[in-house]
Amino acid sequence: MDISNYTIDLALKPTTLDAWHVCLAGTSAILAGALILTLLALVMSLTRRKTTTEPQVKVVEKIVQAEPIVQVVEKIVEVPVEKIVEVEKIVEKIVQTPAPAPVVLKEASSDAALQLLYLLQNDARFIDFIKEDMSAHSDEDVGMVARVIHEGCNKVLNDHFSFAPIAKENEGDKITLIEGYDAAKVRVTGNIVGNPPFTGTIIHKGWQVTDVRLPSTVQGYNANVIAPAEVEL
Amino acid sequence: MSFFEKMKKQAAESVKKDEPKKETVEAKVDETPEAQHFDVEPETVEIAEEPSMQTEESPAEPIEFVAPQTQHSSSKIDDSEGKHFSVGIDLGTTHCVLSYADITDVEDAFSQQVMGISQLTSPSIVEEKLQLPSFIYQANDAELPANSIVLPWNPKPDLIVGEIARSLGSKTPIRLVSSAKSWLCHAGVDCKSAILPADAPDEVEKVSPFEATKAYLEHMSSAWLHLHPNAPLSQQDLVITVPASFDPAARELTVEAAKSVGLSHAILLEEPQAALYSWIEQTQGEWRKQAKVGDVILVIDVGGGTTDLSLIAVTEKEGILDFTRVAVGEHILLGGDNMDLALAYTVKAKIEKDGKRLEPWQIQALTHGCRDAKEKIFSSDIASVPLVVPNRGSSLIDGTLRSELTRDEVQSVLINGFLPEVSVSDRPVSRARAGLQTKGLPYAQDAGITRHLAAFLAKQINAADELEGIDVPEGATFLHPTAVLFNGGVFKAQELCDRLMNVLNDWLKSENAPEARLLAGADLDLAVARGAAYYGFVRKGKGVRIKGGTAASYYVGVESSMPAVPGMPPEIQALCIAPFGMEEGTQVELPYADFGLIVGEQVRFRFFSSTTRREDVVGTRLDYWQDDEIAELNEIEVVLDGEGRRSGEVVSVHLGSAVTEVGTLELLAFSNKDNGRWKIEFDVRN
Repeated sequence: MDISNYTIDLALKPTTLDAWHVCLAGTSAILAGALILTLLALVMSLTRRKTTTEPQVKVVEKIVQAEPIVQVVEKIVEVPVEKIVEVEKIVEKIVQTPAPAPVVLKEASSDAALQLLYLLQNDARFIDFIKEDMSAHSDEDVGMVARVIHEGCNKVLNDHFSFAPIAKENEGDKITLIEGYDAAKVRVTGNIVGNPPFTGTIIHKGWQVTDVRLPSTVQGYNANVIAPAEVEL
Repeated sequence: MSFFEKMKKQAAESVKKDEPKKETVEAKVDETPEAQHFDVEPETVEIAEEPSMQTEESPAEPIEFVAPQTQHSSSKIDDSEGKHFSVGIDLGTTHCVLSYADITDVEDAFSQQVMGISQLTSPSIVEEKLQLPSFIYQANDAELPANSIVLPWNPKPDLIVGEIARSLGSKTPIRLVSSAKSWLCHAGVDCKSAILPADAPDEVEKVSPFEATKAYLEHMSSAWLHLHPNAPLSQQDLVITVPASFDPAARELTVEAAKSVGLSHAILLEEPQAALYSWIEQTQGEWRKQAKVGDVILVIDVGGGTTDLSLIAVTEKEGILDFTRVAVGEHILLGGDNMDLALAYTVKAKIEKDGKRLEPWQIQALTHGCRDAKEKIFSSDIASVPLVVPNRGSSLIDGTLRSELTRDEVQSVLINGFLPEVSVSDRPVSRARAGLQTKGLPYAQDAGITRHLAAFLAKQINAADELEGIDVPEGATFLHPTAVLFNGGVFKAQELCDRLMNVLNDWLKSENAPEARLLAGADLDLAVARGAAYYGFVRKGKGVRIKGGTAASYYVGVESSMPAVPGMPPEIQALCIAPFGMEEGTQVELPYADFGLIVGEQVRFRFFSSTTRREDVVGTRLDYWQDDEIAELNEIEVVLDGEGRRSGEVVSVHLGSAVTEVGTLELLAFSNKDNGRWKIEFDVRN
């Protein structure tokens, strides 16, 4: 047998359809299908893993939130038909409880704060003083300068704010707080038991600002500059 | 910090910045729509509550002011219509004050308030202050940030006025215009020529004292309009105060400045009188118990830069008390600022003993410190107050200058220096001026206020002669005041008041006269403005009025007809053209003294005044007078404009004078042939 006769012609198509060929074609088709499926599954799982994590948690949260509503629905079913009015009430109550009044935190205006710093620095050298390394100076030196700072700060505060003590009585006096006293203005401490009226001693008379007189600024004013650099010519 | 650390820090910062945002986003996820709305609401409410100082009223370009996000208590804008106010302006040497009262219904009780004057306090910051410092700062073009000089009513003010001018000028005095008011009364200076700041280099744009006065009035007028958009100052009763010692030219300039900013109806009032009006108003009727018939009230007004003295007599006419201002003192450039400066130089001398040299800024800071220290020493019984001048750099403590001011120093410098115990025969010392003098203000040479006071009282011994019920005992060497009213922040120091009263009472005792009383209840800082506003109310026929008239008699110099003597100037006669105490709204003529004036040509006269020659009537000719009796003022000049006349025509005129309702003196030339009438200008020259 001449080897040269055994050339493989790849272009050749089987002319006869025997069982062996059918079997071969079927297997390759199944293998290709399996490969496509695994690839697809892989791609899908990858994309899923990317998108979920957070939304999934959210979904859970939403479900948790939704729970009471589901209960409401169940309750409605249980309540007799005649008492529709009451049912509505119940619905209202239940809807309110799971959504507590949202806490809105107000951001402090940085401009007013910067302005106060500006005034304290300009009239009282406040920033210079606080930023100075105190450990390098003697008490006597610090005390001397503190007088200047104190005087200036006092002037700034008096010029731009009006202060009033909250308690009219003197510190050390006995005071009785009746029910419904303003807990924001008076803080009780120590042996707090029972219900008001509370009787106690004024430790600190408290401060409140009754008037603010901060200057206006021109639009575009850079409040971050608390003290410009000074260059003497 | 290494680059890496920096990066880390920045990253951390950016995370921090993001955090709150995240929070709000998350919060909103849980929120019901109503809650979201609530989140916005408080802010809008706050903005609405804000007194709308900004936006409105700005011409052309809108200027926006950012008011701080707190409840803010600046003056509310009063845009109600049909209101009428009495407004008083204290146009001071160092600061101005505006006081006002609603007099829409004059039957209402009089109640007034001092207006907060919006002004720049530093670049881009506008604040309301009760006082407008009378300073102008001529800034360099590159000095201030762009658009930082704006006012709520003007996006581009021509001049920098007020607190900002004072604070910038304290570090750059060559660009600071100050004491314009004192220049107004400075003989020998043309107040309309740009001469201030006096020591400025050429590149600094200069302004005239007149323009400076205009600028202060303009600022207050605009600030008023901003708060009362429907009641412009030009439609209110307006009183502007001037020192009693202001000469006719200075009064005229003040009125002219007011006119040029649209305040042509302003009335002038002398400051010591204003102080007395304020006292009358503040005592709420109590004054009737404190002031009696026969009283001579001495008003001592020591301002920041000037000392002003006046005597006001109390008489009775048909059962009603009458106040008459009988005398005013000279213009003394000596005030509270001199006192602080004197203390600062005392402390400076003490520090320099140790070989240290003080820089100008340190002296200035010392002056500030001494002002506060002085007040502390006067208001308590501490023996000394430490004085600290911190270093200018950001490190406070290194290089800090320290000293102290003791009670003894205050005693010797202020009380014995400014209020020495002198006898009533003492007079202010005047040194011969140095041959070379810089062109400046004629500051008082003698700081002894008591000596100036002694001279004033002795000079005015006959001031109340014509009034019934006021008797000067025989042998008296000075007019005996029976009551004293102090004005000016200096007198917050009780020891200064006590010393002045003691000195005065010693003089009175030496002539067996009863001691003078102190009129209590005066508002030392704001009395002048308050009194001015009250005067507007008094002019409506409410309350007691002080009579005054001109504070001096006025003369023109006429060459006497005598043969010329070589080498001798021709003798001068003084011809009285306005008598002492001439009242507002009157006019006098001097028909028999003829002058031939050529149309279109300028004729100058020498001009004199006397605060003591009360008996001279119009037409009195004086050949001879004492040196201290008559003072020469600026020259006056007449130019006949050729209205309906031939150029070169000689017109025969006689002179006369009128006191306007406003309170200024007008000198007039009347034609002898027809009704021609010309105003004689108070000339000012360089």
